Amino acid sequence: MSELLTQPFLISLLFGAVTAGVPLLLAGLGEQISEKAGVLNIGIEGMMLFGAYTGFVAAYYSGSFWMGFLAGGLGGMVVASVVVLLCIRQGLNQIVIGIALTIGAEGLTALLHFFQFSKTYPRLDKAPVLEIPGLASIPVVGPALFSHNIIVYLAVGLVVFLAWLFRASYVGLNLEAAGAKPAALDAAGISVVATRSAAVLSTGFLAGLGGAYLANVGAGLFVPFMTHGAGFIGIVLAMLARGNPVWVLLGAVLFGVSLAMTTALQVAGVNVPTDVVHMLPFAMVMLVLVIFARHSVLPPALGLPYVRGDR
Amino acid sequence: MSVDALPLTPDRTREHIAAVARVAVPILLALAVGGAILLILGKNPFTYYGYVVQRGLLSWGGLQETMTRMAPLLLIAAGLIVAFRAGIWNLGGDGQYLLAAVVTAALAPALIDTLPRGLTLIICMVTSIAVAAAWSLIPALLKARYGINEIITSLMMSFLGTSFANVLVKLFFRDPATTVPQTRSLEVVDRLPRIFGTNVHSGILIALAVVILVHLMMTRTAFGLRLQIVGANPAAAVHAGLKVGWLTVATFALSAGLIGLAGSVEILGVWGTVRADWNPAYGLLVVPLVFLARFNGIAVIGFALFFSVLMIGGESASRRIGVPQDFVLMLVGLLLVFLALVEYLDHLRRKRAGV
Repeated sequence: MSELLTQPFLISLLFGAVTAGVPLLLAGLGEQISEKAGVLNIGIEGMMLFGAYTGFVAAYYSGSFWMGFLAGGLGGMVVASVVVLLCIRQGLNQIVIGIALTIGAEGLTALLHFFQFSKTYPRLDKAPVLEIPGLASIPVVGPALFSHNIIVYLAVGLVVFLAWLFRASYVGLNLEAAGAKPAALDAAGISVVATRSAAVLSTGFLAGLGGAYLANVGAGLFVPFMTHGAGFIGIVLAMLARGNPVWVLLGAVLFGVSLAMTTALQVAGVNVPTDVVHMLPFAMVMLVLVIFARHSVLPPALGLPYVRGDR
Repeated sequence: MSVDALPLTPDRTREHIAAVARVAVPILLALAVGGAILLILGKNPFTYYGYVVQRGLLSWGGLQETMTRMAPLLLIAAGLIVAFRAGIWNLGGDGQYLLAAVVTAALAPALIDTLPRGLTLIICMVTSIAVAAAWSLIPALLKARYGINEIITSLMMSFLGTSFANVLVKLFFRDPATTVPQTRSLEVVDRLPRIFGTNVHSGILIALAVVILVHLMMTRTAFGLRLQIVGANPAAAVHAGLKVGWLTVATFALSAGLIGLAGSVEILGVWGTVRADWNPAYGLLVVPLVFLARFNGIAVIGFALFFSVLMIGGESASRRIGVPQDFVLMLVGLLLVFLALVEYLDHLRRKRAGV
């Protein structure tokens, strides 16, 4: 075991954990916003995948990573707007529409990818890296944690921002009311539909951004079905975090590490079948759920459409 | 979410037309939007759909394949009907299906040397049902005990199960004689018997029997009624003295077991072996099918035929005009959205009519 803990192994593990964890973090934070407002966003997997596709396409044709991230976020919002139109405004079943959006996004992106890229499989250049001055030169920790794409730092910053938003702002209070007691929010003269719509669109943007990061920075290309359950893991993170963004961050790091194990072990020269490693994050989710089962908390009005005057 | 009976109004013909429209309109809309997307991609949608019907329904060989494909679809649908009627979202179908398939593929060639064919087939099916049911136990217990959302847990177990099935094929049940990792193959003569000299194996008969039995169980027995009460109103079920926790676990086990039977039948009837990385991913695909049939075990048979034609014909049409098979996946997604939408509009119409 001691020869495993070499510098290259550690750097590769930590670096990979951050790269793998950021899409989960963005998806988890996004889902948290929706769930606070009382919307169970099963379609987040589809939002991520569509964001990965639009993000890659934009980055590939414009040559700009910024355009890629923006397009990824907007792509996620496009899918989220279907949820807003059908589930929030019309009160259709959030689970059915969520499943439909995930299946639909899988089919559509695979179809488009086939016609555009299946013969050439183009790759993007390596994503630009922002080295934090000073911190980046610390051995091991520096190259592993402080030389990443700027999205990584923004995502961590978002944790702080959301923690403040949920705890100390009217917006956070409104979100919480929309999930816990929508009738009270309505009585206070604030539209439940508008609050939830804003929440779902934010989720779409963050999930799409996470997808774009996955495609453009993590992989450098788009592959059909590439999110492989990352959106669903985001839902689990939000479920276990009990409304606290910091827990989403910790969870994302945990799952990031288990996802990064594959490459890190290869760097260390240990040969573990990839299928065994693929099981790790999902086994981790189940383990965490079994251990902390009684502590996961969801808002009372989650998944229920709001109809004024309805009981 | 439940299947409500048509109300007895003087306007029954109108209600019948509405019932047909509720099904036909989403299908037509999905086909139309799918066709428009094909058109944008520079392919002729009429050629595509023409090939689908020609291969999936009108050619003898294609029709036999269609019938064969119906078996797993029907069994999975039966499993989903049990769960959905009880208000439980078992979305872990893929993992349950694959693990059952691998267990069957590992057992069958080993047993056939010593046991007669009939016994081998039955033991394989029963074991597969048990394995799939066991795989659903954690989500079931978490739901029953702590109310943890089973959508997420069953999905997680599904991802876990598909990878685990691969591990089993590659590391434990691998046939050393082949270069591509796969299990030992069950000889064609030892598989499920064919029907009257066709290529259709008898799995379709098992599937038809099961789906009808499930329908009768859900609509005609006390157990089925209890499940429906739990599905319609869990709080009321608790007040009525039903053991909701136990019923949740039983529902999950039954649902997963039926999906496992689908995997087993597919191996015993069609493939005889499981190759590494094989995953037909029927789990989510069958969800819209079950919704189209409004959880009705008899109606599901017709829709399974429709889906089967779409899949078998789609495979052929995809090759012939150069569209990936994922197009069918997108159609299914569209279908589900339109289905929900039409259902909602119909609900509004009825409310306005004061029915």
